[in-house]
Amino acid sequence: MMDMDEREVPLQLDFEDDGVEEDEPMADRGAFERQYADERSWEELQEDESGMLRVDVAQQQRQHRKRMSAMAGPRIQRGIIRYLFVLLDFSRAAAEMDLRPSRMGIVVDCVEAFVREFFDQNPLSHLGVILLKDGIAHQLTDLSGSPETHIRALRSNMESTGDASIQNGLDLARGYLTQIPSYGHREVLLVYSALSTIDPGDVMETVQECKKANIRCSVVGLSAEIYICKLLCEQTGGMYSVATNEGHLKELIMEHAPPPAAQAEMSVASLVRMGFPQRGAEDAVALCACHREVKMGGGYTCPRCKARVCELPTQCHICGLTLVSSPHLARSYHHLFPVSPFEEVENLASANGRQSLSKSCYGCLQELPTPGGKVKGVRLECPRCRQHFCFDCDNYIHESLHNCPGCESNSVILSQLSQ
Amino acid sequence: MARNPTDDVSQVVLLLDVNPFFWGAEAASGGRSNGSGGLAFDQYFQHALMFVNGILLLNHTNRIVIIATGSSTCAFLYDSTATDGINGSSVTSKANKKTQVSRTELITKSMQEFVSKEEEASKESSQIQYSNISGSLSMALCYIQRVLRGPLPHPQARILCLQGSPDAPYQYISVMNSIFSAQRNGVVIDACVVGSQHSAFLQQATHITGGIYMKPPQPDGLFEYLMMVFTTDLFSRQFLQLPRPVGVDFRASCFCHKKTIDMGFVCSVCLSIFCKHHQTCSTCGATFSRSNSTTVTGMKRKAPGS
Repeated sequence: MMDMDEREVPLQLDFEDDGVEEDEPMADRGAFERQYADERSWEELQEDESGMLRVDVAQQQRQHRKRMSAMAGPRIQRGIIRYLFVLLDFSRAAAEMDLRPSRMGIVVDCVEAFVREFFDQNPLSHLGVILLKDGIAHQLTDLSGSPETHIRALRSNMESTGDASIQNGLDLARGYLTQIPSYGHREVLLVYSALSTIDPGDVMETVQECKKANIRCSVVGLSAEIYICKLLCEQTGGMYSVATNEGHLKELIMEHAPPPAAQAEMSVASLVRMGFPQRGAEDAVALCACHREVKMGGGYTCPRCKARVCELPTQCHICGLTLVSSPHLARSYHHLFPVSPFEEVENLASANGRQSLSKSCYGCLQELPTPGGKVKGVRLECPRCRQHFCFDCDNYIHESLHNCPGCESNSVILSQLSQ
Repeated sequence: MARNPTDDVSQVVLLLDVNPFFWGAEAASGGRSNGSGGLAFDQYFQHALMFVNGILLLNHTNRIVIIATGSSTCAFLYDSTATDGINGSSVTSKANKKTQVSRTELITKSMQEFVSKEEEASKESSQIQYSNISGSLSMALCYIQRVLRGPLPHPQARILCLQGSPDAPYQYISVMNSIFSAQRNGVVIDACVVGSQHSAFLQQATHITGGIYMKPPQPDGLFEYLMMVFTTDLFSRQFLQLPRPVGVDFRASCFCHKKTIDMGFVCSVCLSIFCKHHQTCSTCGATFSRSNSTTVTGMKRKAPGS
């Protein structure tokens, strides 16, 4: 019957129908999902000579670059010394199996990866884990700098019962975060599965308290957007996002690993006294101050009180001096001196006229696209050294290496940079 | 014995220090500056060439790339997988056969081109005496990244720095960036220092990535050190008695006087290191409040083991 009806509709209306159909899949989704979903993904497809469908490589690479540059944002001061509490919702809602094996299982996997990435990117920062279940908040681990402690504790406490209380969780985290030194950036990351919060008092008050204490709260939701979470993030300057699937959840949690932009009122700049201990000789026997055990070799000696500690970074257990090694500090320097984004060489043919186009990528010798050449994709240029790079090198240089090979190998630019 | 068939296949990236200032000074002093028997540039280059041939003979699937580190630029000299020369330079049909003679010729030719480019560049600015190790390390890592993107199985990648020139303090951050990126990708950095002084950069690089650091006591016997120590692939290293790592200097140097210190002040905003208390940070311009300059005492110290 339906078919018959449609046939009777005049041609003009038929076009409109198509338009409605295109919008329908989007309308099915919750309003919050629209900003995550790729719109018009079919436009990436192109037909080649033989009528096969191909994805336009250059177009795809351009889109990837657009996403990355949106994430990178402008050059900003970042809060490098962070004190972060991860609040995990282990209530009944976390046992739901819409993600396999369960929401809790996926969350623990993501958080484990996050904890490692967090300490990789923020070597001088501290992290603690709080679990929300049975209506109360359990503190699983203290604020500390060792990823293994958190992961081990998390793995051995996978059980979900009762309800989750945002208020209790925030109050507990706030209690600890108000004690940290004023130069640290206080943060809470809530991974929330439930659709409600069961609180003993007024959760709005707690949100205001957090705002007053300069705690930046971010939430990653697993089910749907919740008003109280959105309010919390808006009030405290955090990020709110809701995952649409497993991969997306991981992406959203990982977004919190790089240090966020520093806000002037959030923390006070100060000079922190730190020690740079020497590594002890391999065969020396000494008492370590952190475990109170006799240990052979390794270890580091506090330059102020000469106590032995086992690993860096830490605080000396005797005199309280912050002990770090210089590579720890160097790990964060790339946030301060980022590589300027590369520009795409738009018109290959006209660029060819001005100067001869290099045939291969300056970084990896891979062939670059030339007008009329076989290689597809984009050609990128460093705005400073004017060397050309391929798409893959651009990715690697900006995400992992944080050096431009062209600028680094040009002594004129290098000497300018160092001044 | 091998855990998997790719254990023995190596992708070696050789970074050759071609800093004219270093080699010029070395020639002027007649090699006496580094104590026992000196090393001239042509000797050094010959030893490196023999080492390259040695690596390629050990396993027919081994690959090698040579990058020259100059004082004004860096450049790829040779890629054993490429069918024609670097930069698409005119390659004779002889070179395409990749016989040993042609390989040596090819490398020598690109080295000559590089040296003449260096000569031109160094005429313009004469004060530079460091080599751009950060540039060649970055290029090496980009190249290795391309190999890792390629088809499986991936060869085991390692970088060997044949370094003579002293460390350039202004390259510290970029060298550290390269080291951390290498560590994340499982790339091993080896270092052989032929200069008169130890390189703190390369010591840290080898320590962090698990490579071998060596400063040959007799630089004129370079070839033997290269063959005995640096041709070994990562798998065989666990069965060999290789040079033990010397102590690594982890102390930081302050930004204000470039002094090495074991206790100092760190800016909480940008992590710049200072040896004295300052009012403002010279790197990021933050103003410090005096009261916060001491370490925290308010934080509860937790009893160990509880």
